[in-house]
Amino acid sequence: MNLPSSGQRLEVRNLSTSFDTDEGLIRSVADVSFSVRPGKTTALVGESGSGKSVTSLTLMRLLPRTAATRVSGQALFTNRAGTTVDLLALPEPQMRAVRGNDIAMIFQEPMTSLNPLFTVGEQIAESVRLHMGLDRAAALAHAQRMLELVEIPAAAQRVKEYPHQLSGGMRQRVMIALAMACNPTLLIADEPTTALDVTIQAQILELMHRLQTETGMSILFITHNLGVVAHHADDVAVMYAGRIVESAPVAELFAQPRHPYTQGLLACLPGQQRRREAAGGKRRLYAIRGQVSSPLAPPPGCAFEPRCDHALPACRQAMPPLLIEEPQRMTRCILPLATRVAHAKLEQS
Amino acid sequence: MSTPLIEVRHLHRYFGSPARPVRAVDDVSFTIAPGETLGLVGESGSGKSTIGRTLLRLIDSTSGQVLYRGEDLGAATGRRMRALRSKLQVIFQDPYASLNPKMRVRDILGEALQVHGLASGKEARERRIAELLELVGLRAEHASRYPHEFSGGQRQRIGVARALAVEPEFIVADEPLSALDVSIQSQVVNLLCELRDRLSLTMLFISHDLDVVEYLCDRVVVLYLGRVMEVAPTRELFGRPLHPYTQALLAASPKPDPQQKTVRIALKGDIPSPIDPPSGCVFRTRCPHAIEACAQQRPELQDLGQGRFKACLRDDIPILARP
Repeated sequence: MNLPSSGQRLEVRNLSTSFDTDEGLIRSVADVSFSVRPGKTTALVGESGSGKSVTSLTLMRLLPRTAATRVSGQALFTNRAGTTVDLLALPEPQMRAVRGNDIAMIFQEPMTSLNPLFTVGEQIAESVRLHMGLDRAAALAHAQRMLELVEIPAAAQRVKEYPHQLSGGMRQRVMIALAMACNPTLLIADEPTTALDVTIQAQILELMHRLQTETGMSILFITHNLGVVAHHADDVAVMYAGRIVESAPVAELFAQPRHPYTQGLLACLPGQQRRREAAGGKRRLYAIRGQVSSPLAPPPGCAFEPRCDHALPACRQAMPPLLIEEPQRMTRCILPLATRVAHAKLEQS
Repeated sequence: MSTPLIEVRHLHRYFGSPARPVRAVDDVSFTIAPGETLGLVGESGSGKSTIGRTLLRLIDSTSGQVLYRGEDLGAATGRRMRALRSKLQVIFQDPYASLNPKMRVRDILGEALQVHGLASGKEARERRIAELLELVGLRAEHASRYPHEFSGGQRQRIGVARALAVEPEFIVADEPLSALDVSIQSQVVNLLCELRDRLSLTMLFISHDLDVVEYLCDRVVVLYLGRVMEVAPTRELFGRPLHPYTQALLAASPKPDPQQKTVRIALKGDIPSPIDPPSGCVFRTRCPHAIEACAQQRPELQDLGQGRFKACLRDDIPILARP
């Protein structure tokens, strides 16, 4: 199954994931399209329930079989050999060969994603024995080299230790070592630093950046932290209630957010407030009113309409399409661009 | 400066066996003036929550004193402490875990009123509950609901209402925002600010989110491994951090602006274990400016004037003023 390459490492087209529940159908991810360029980082940003983690689990086909999921769309992945495959249509044996090999994943909670019953060396070795066909001794030696790669001190000792003997930061390094073991071309990092303290977060981000520069891998970075996005992403897609509401290159998104949700999200950060105050602005923190609507009863039109300060009657009629406003910029909003830009200026002051 | 509302003197709290204790809080002193919001920042294991709980005597201190209007809380009898609790309240981190799932909001708030003999009589109590809910931006009819019927942000509002029910003077807010999404955080920050100003509350705000602390607090205490590293008025602390740890902490927190290149101060390694803290200065094992003397001598908190204090032997560290 060789598909024409899109020139991207990963190109996701119209991805939708729904769950059949007793209360009804929940559309966790709806019509999501984005891409990850070779050697670059795309950040998927959103708050809890926005569908960012479900997106990553759908791509890796790791949603539980019992979850009664309905998935549609395409995820075109160009592997190491230059072949493009659709991750969502790949037979399971081939998908298993991709997972942990060409595409690796790291999770938020390093303690729960490592097996407490095996040494960290054995866990890394398992993956390289499976994918690279190394024997036990060679695999363990490789595991130790991987621990050295992620700057774990005394790697020869650590390789024989169990996850509980390591600190949170060290465990996340082990997770990264495990992910890097088969030299992936795409790393999916789902909130990799959320459970860590800021000084440790800085170390882990630095490490990921170094590995990306050295290996040329692409990263799909899933996070809610806009500070991390600003410094570690090249492209950004902002999700709200299962849909992408805005996507843009990082500098442009922060310089001129165009969707009212992105604008609100940036305006309500307390750090932004300091600059406004320095400029003689108002003291009260900007707040997005209300809360995310229940996925069981989504509003008829734009999902953000009930919380949007600028909503028009038309916003209640139908879900706005994701409009291409510039080659790299897309926004899901029907308000004229000039109006939105003017509103953003007002919130910033 | 006026007489402090809260004074903490040489507070220690050790856990575990006395032979090899976990030094969660190790000789911490500070004061909080009436109407002031003091920020307590530090990473996990720095002792900030333990301090918050010891302040309210939710746990006892190992040694040291906590004075409320000059009265030693450690020496207060059970009866006296119960009376004092109406003046000293707490908002917890996790709005999912800190509200009893089997109680309606009416009973959660009503219990606090009843225990302290406030708003007696069914009608008066109902009125007060409705008033409290409106105060925190909820509606009176929410009183008959259970906690699970609310979102995280709304639950935290109930937590705030419960703390305010007994008309306290002093509130310990222990990471009240960290379980909330960004868009909800700013709503709760605004609520806390508004209530603080309206009810002239004094607050100890415990957080690891430096941006929120900068926005909300008048003064900040920086903790590391159970000890105070630096104390300063907020503007000065963020504008010109003096302690190497504060400098590193500020540098490590990424700013939501791709143009702003942060000065990188890479801290090596992990936070040491509080069972076996380093000799001398506890931060020296990760400090880029550590010298030999740092291992020998424990730095005292020096008064630098103008409300600034730091615990560092070196006074020749380059100052990193914020651009």
